[in-house]
Amino acid sequence: MSTSDAIAANPRAGGAGTGHADRPTAGTEAPPPLRRGDSGSGKRRLTPREKKNLRTGLLFISPWIIGVAVFVIYPLVYSFAISLTQYSGMQAPTFIGMKNYIAAFADPMVHTSVGNTVYYMVLAVPIGLVVALLLALAMNRNVREVAIYRTLLYLPSLIPMFAMSFIFIVFVNPQFGIVNQFLGLFGMPDTNLLGDPRYAKIVMIVMAQLGAGNAALIYLAGLRNIPETLYEAARIDGAGRMRQFFSITVPLLTPTILFNLITGVSGAMMVFTEAFIMTNGGPDNATLFYMLYLYRNAFSYGQLGFASALAVLLFLFGMVLAGLIYWLSRRFVNYDVSAG
Amino acid sequence: MAITTLETETKNLGQSTPLKSRSDYGRNADGSRQGPVGQWVSRFVMLIVLILFSLPLYWMFISALKTPEELAQFPPTLFPHEFRWQNFVDAVTVMPFWTFFRNSAIITICVVVFSVISNFIVAYGFACIDWPGRNKVFFIVLATLFLPFPVTLIPMFDMWAGLGFVNTWVPLIAPALFAGGFFTFLLRQFMLQTPRDMLDAARVDGASEWSIAWRIVFPTARPAVTVIAIFAAVGTWNDFMGPLIYLQDTNKQTLSIGMQVFRSVNSQDIQFNLLMAASFLVLLPLVILFFMFQRYFISGITLGGFK
Repeated sequence: MSTSDAIAANPRAGGAGTGHADRPTAGTEAPPPLRRGDSGSGKRRLTPREKKNLRTGLLFISPWIIGVAVFVIYPLVYSFAISLTQYSGMQAPTFIGMKNYIAAFADPMVHTSVGNTVYYMVLAVPIGLVVALLLALAMNRNVREVAIYRTLLYLPSLIPMFAMSFIFIVFVNPQFGIVNQFLGLFGMPDTNLLGDPRYAKIVMIVMAQLGAGNAALIYLAGLRNIPETLYEAARIDGAGRMRQFFSITVPLLTPTILFNLITGVSGAMMVFTEAFIMTNGGPDNATLFYMLYLYRNAFSYGQLGFASALAVLLFLFGMVLAGLIYWLSRRFVNYDVSAG
Repeated sequence: MAITTLETETKNLGQSTPLKSRSDYGRNADGSRQGPVGQWVSRFVMLIVLILFSLPLYWMFISALKTPEELAQFPPTLFPHEFRWQNFVDAVTVMPFWTFFRNSAIITICVVVFSVISNFIVAYGFACIDWPGRNKVFFIVLATLFLPFPVTLIPMFDMWAGLGFVNTWVPLIAPALFAGGFFTFLLRQFMLQTPRDMLDAARVDGASEWSIAWRIVFPTARPAVTVIAIFAAVGTWNDFMGPLIYLQDTNKQTLSIGMQVFRSVNSQDIQFNLLMAASFLVLLPLVILFFMFQRYFISGITLGGFK
């Protein structure tokens, strides 16, 4: 290995700990946080050492390069291509132009499934954000039993969605389910919650909250990074606990909230397993989510071209939504202190 | 999109504050003190929340032990009058449970091992070697995190079908050989904290990058490696869509799909106690894993750097 210049070129060596170790040594490249973009990279020839590093680096990341080509770029291109064809998976695809897209926009089942998915998203995502934050606050309490809180609040997140679905089938069973009995206390007549188009989605939204532990852990990491000194200063200035929460905790947690918002939205877009197991899209298509309809078209109806068009639309919708959230967030998300 | 956030976010993951000392107990997260009454009120609220969150697991377990008659009782009993352990025996005989279990276990172990190896190598390339253009390429890694998987579903199925690998475990395992996305990202964030002089000292001594990676960086990255191993294990064990699409033969099926035998057309016919017993057995390995690695699962997730 080139020895002496490795050290000479790395005067900051030893500055371990933070993201600064990320900084490229020879100054060919942009500053550490990606957010400023890669401005100011001088176009000059690489030194031999850089060339060698480039070779070694690319060699190390080669599994990823192959993976991205095979599992990301190829499928993306292929999806776009197939979505322009009629294709059952058996015969060769025949080109039909935009017909799949036109059919998708006209298909009443697509409308139903989009409606169901949006309904789920609009309720499950905001509720999930709040529930996860509350869990994180509980997990962050300085009480002796906090270890119990963390364990018990996180444990349901481990339960596989298919198993959770089975548990909830038992929970809401109209004959002997505990949920019905509980709701009966409030005068609700005995109903088959999963068999009623009004309630089936609600059951799934409630069920999703039990898996809030993962998002809560991300919040927890964010909470632990808020400098204590801010709270001390606020207390000296006489701010109450509520005031501290809304003036310090929430603003400094906004990058974390944004992250959880985006993962929540993308998860809600693809909600599938619970509907597949608990109701199989019913009753009366009330839980026919977009992903379930896509799955049926691809693997039950043998309409791979149409299903690909649905997938491409979902992809585009997701990109637009993520872009929109990101654009909105630039007004609200605070990177100043939390990054420090 | 939102990559900046992720970037900031995990920079933070790397530098979480150390756990507070014991003398801080009784204070809130914000450092204020709560009166004894307030403390008990909040404990009471917590108790209700904890009960709600423990209910699914509890209900699963007690339903698994009830007799069919007791299960059908209304109102439901909160504690079984009679423990019917036979349910567990029945649950594993009504379907080829152990075949499914073994299949799930083999797939999970392969995915975990391959994910750890491939993601570690790639993360080393992104974190410990300074090559020009590294950050730009890493930006693409982050971008792939936001790719919804349905858009790749059909092409991947077509590809595996073309290669003749449908109805084998290959489509479920092979992707783990090629690192990417979240795991690489998590590992890289952690490995960026490797002291530079440690790496450079090894390079001065003439060690190859390969042996530096495995002999020096890998042992120090163990907390992060454990986290991704656990995530990979849980994700694979719980995977539903993959086996649903790729596996057809019963003897190749995994637990997630095998359990579908309980889902009969007429929901009145489902043997709920057996279903719950089987669900419990499915969950058990995860719970054991959780308690074995709890330290990493929860505090380790904040990836607290070198100590």
